[in-house]
Amino acid sequence: MARFTGKKAKETPALNMGSMSDIIFMLLFFFMVITTMRESSLYVKIIPPQGSEVTKLAKKSLVSYINVGVPLPDQQKKYGTEPRIQLNDQISEVSDLITFVEQERQQRSEADRPFITTAIKADKQVRMGMISDIKQELRKAGALKIFYNASKGGRR
Amino acid sequence: MARKTPGLNTSSMSDISFLLLAFFLMVSNINSDMGLARKLPPPLPENVEPPEVRERNIFVVMVNKDDRLLFNTEYGRIEDLKDRAKEFLGNPNNDIHMPEKQATEIPLLGTYEVSKGVISLRNDRGTSYDMYLQVQNELTAAINEMRNELATTRFGKRYTDLNEEQSKAIDQAIPMAISEAEPTKIGGK
Repeated sequence: MARFTGKKAKETPALNMGSMSDIIFMLLFFFMVITTMRESSLYVKIIPPQGSEVTKLAKKSLVSYINVGVPLPDQQKKYGTEPRIQLNDQISEVSDLITFVEQERQQRSEADRPFITTAIKADKQVRMGMISDIKQELRKAGALKIFYNASKGGRR
Repeated sequence: MARKTPGLNTSSMSDISFLLLAFFLMVSNINSDMGLARKLPPPLPENVEPPEVRERNIFVVMVNKDDRLLFNTEYGRIEDLKDRAKEFLGNPNNDIHMPEKQATEIPLLGTYEVSKGVISLRNDRGTSYDMYLQVQNELTAAINEMRNELATTRFGKRYTDLNEEQSKAIDQAIPMAISEAEPTKIGGK
């Protein structure tokens, strides 16, 4: 056996890289599991306002999103240049909100329904009239837990 | 004897998986949604009069369509809002123009003088969302600071480090007293 002939044993053996890929695959899977792919592409441009007191949004699975902003340049032909609301995958009207909230409710189990939060992701240029309309609709729909999305940052 | 098949060189395997890893790291977003959580009031029944609140217990913050602020009756700046709100809610000198306090029994804290003050936030339909969020942010900052102060004096810890029971007590002592009026429609789009 070559191992015992003495001469070869003095060389440092090459590191076995075979398990390296396993380790990295594990890392890969870890990241794949904890990250979420963007579910729907945004049709509206959103630059969130900044705040210093922002907190994290808990329980991601119980959040439904309302996106508000000016349509992206390539969508402007279709949807105009005024701020619009995007629910899930389509541009909608304020009046669609009640159905949207109801749909989101149906998707969750009975026990989770009281904890559904509605996150309003709005561009900072949006006027409050629109946001107020959304809030009024949400009140009517009974979705009272809301969340104003903002990014962390200091004062302007 | 037939020629031995050489072992597959797997050293590049790690490179490939690294590439994959890097790809996923880039395209995925560990979305940490940040923001301010609020609770909307339930819709009011039609024929119920809103409860009457005494004038000294209200601090009106108005934001017009040009994003200018009005505190009660005078113009104000966003920088001053936090201190004004703190002064109003805390009422340290028991000023008669500042909100009343009501002694309440709170578990863990004993009898605490809970302020009856309410900050009334009114905005125009033309106010920008940015400004609105700044105002909300300042008001939250005021309340957070007051809660922090109380938590440090009573429990020796920051508000965020308290356990559930303690933070509940603090919440009761310093409630999130922000009320939003129905938006008015004066000019603007």
